[in-house]
Amino acid sequence: MVQKQVKQQNVIIKGTKDGLTFVLNDQCAFDDILEELSDKLSERPQPQENDSNVVKIKLVTGKRYLEEQQIEQLQNRFTEQIHAVIDTIDTDVITKHEAEEMRLDNQVSRLARVVRSGQIIEVLGDLLVVGDVNPGGTVKASGNIYVLGSLRGIAHAGMNGNREAIICAGKMNPSQLRIADVIRRPPEGEERTGEEDMECAFVNGENQMELERISKAGIIRPGITDERIG
Amino acid sequence: MGEAIVITSGKGGVGKTTTTANIGTALALNGKRVCLVDTDIGLRNLDVVMGLENRIIYDLVDVVKGDCRLHQALIKDKRFESLTLLPAAQSKDKSAVKPAQMKKLVDELKQDYDYVLIDCPAGIEQGYKNAVAGADQAIVVTTPEKSSVRDADRIIGLLEKEDHVSSPRLVVNRIRPQMVKNGEAIDVDEIVSVLAIELLGIVADDDEVIRASNDGEPIAMDNKSRASIAYRNIARRINGESVPLLNLYEDKGMLTKVKKFFGMRA
Ligand SMILES: Nc1ncnc2c1ncn2[C@@H]1O[C@H](COP(=O)(O)OP(=O)(O)OP(=O)(O)O)[C@@H](O)[C@H]1O
Ligand SMILES: [Mg+2]
Repeated sequence: MVQKQVKQQNVIIKGTKDGLTFVLNDQCAFDDILEELSDKLSERPQPQENDSNVVKIKLVTGKRYLEEQQIEQLQNRFTEQIHAVIDTIDTDVITKHEAEEMRLDNQVSRLARVVRSGQIIEVLGDLLVVGDVNPGGTVKASGNIYVLGSLRGIAHAGMNGNREAIICAGKMNPSQLRIADVIRRPPEGEERTGEEDMECAFVNGENQMELERISKAGIIRPGITDERIG
Repeated sequence: MGEAIVITSGKGGVGKTTTTANIGTALALNGKRVCLVDTDIGLRNLDVVMGLENRIIYDLVDVVKGDCRLHQALIKDKRFESLTLLPAAQSKDKSAVKPAQMKKLVDELKQDYDYVLIDCPAGIEQGYKNAVAGADQAIVVTTPEKSSVRDADRIIGLLEKEDHVSSPRLVVNRIRPQMVKNGEAIDVDEIVSVLAIELLGIVADDDEVIRASNDGEPIAMDNKSRASIAYRNIARRINGESVPLLNLYEDKGMLTKVKKFFGMRA
């Protein structure tokens, strides 16, 4: 009287409007996943020769931790068999190292003094300066930079490449602004009075740095708001 | 126990030596016991400004090396019993003195004087470190020029790291009211707002200062000149009196603005 068991699937494919989602069983051996993936991909329609549309793939891995080189193996199958790229990986697990980096990246470091000429302040995460940054002074953060006083020196937000980072200043009068690899200098010969309201700088869709009133910051970068307080 | 005050600037030629000589003279005028220490080894000129260059026998390096006793090297001022000068060496190696030795020397001087004023060389190298080593307070001198203010800011940043030195105070030297009025020079309150330290005094640019230096008679001895009154007021502020800032500007609006700044930070 043994009930015939439906064989547990190791790879489940779902179509979404953005592309394909692959849910991977997190209990079986990785080789079993690779095998089943190849089988399932070969059943799918082959991409047209002239089709330039690249299919975006989301992987859902549950409690399985994927090594770099395992991701590469999966990517190879997708490339060869259906002309697709892994876009995002949704996982419940990260390494300790990644967790530590995430913690640092999410912290806000506060500094209550003037950053003077010749001084360099560099932090992981966001930087809050309760004071001024003077000409010749530099502040750098992997996240956002908030200067409550006058920003007269150099500010480099998103220094590890995050173009989503922003720079806010009570008085925006910098000698140079950098967000990731985008640089902006004030126009030559035109001295800003610094009388303007608090402003924020961000990188727009054309990879240009733009200045906006501070009240726009949350609209341009909703992620700045802490989820806890909405 | 007296107080040791270093007079520094970062940038050269902005008036450290002139300020040291005149504050020292003005303090002596108030009856204080004052010792001026020239730490600009190789480029001494505090002795010249004080008109004492002919009286030098020993210098700071001789004292540090033990070639003479401290009191042997101290030169009495022409005008005041209570004012002396410890001259810098002119021809000896700059690295002859170490910060620890300077501190010991200044500590010794503090026993006998109300104020030990230390004239610092330009720059942020060895000479600066020696000058700051024994100081309890610092006066930063700047002129109303961008580069001078920038260097003052750099020096203030370094001074703030010295635990034994209290928050530096600012002297803005060589202000030219007409240029400020025409918008050609930086305004004092703009300088103060950038440097964000207490303003101790403003000294006008005055040909009398140069003339007095050449005569070896500090301008602070003069009873009338504006620069002299400015230095005397700085000396009184160092003594803890609250003295309003001089009116350097014809324009009344300017004065109240500066006054307000001082009041806010005093
Ligand atoms: N308020 C003033 N008005 C006019 N001239 C001044 C004033 N203050 C200083 N000077 C002149 O500026 C020149 C430089 O001054 P001083 O020697 O005091 O500067 P310093 O900072 O000690 O220079 P260094 O860095 O070389 O030691 C001198 O010729 C001095 O007479
Ligand atoms: Mg000098």
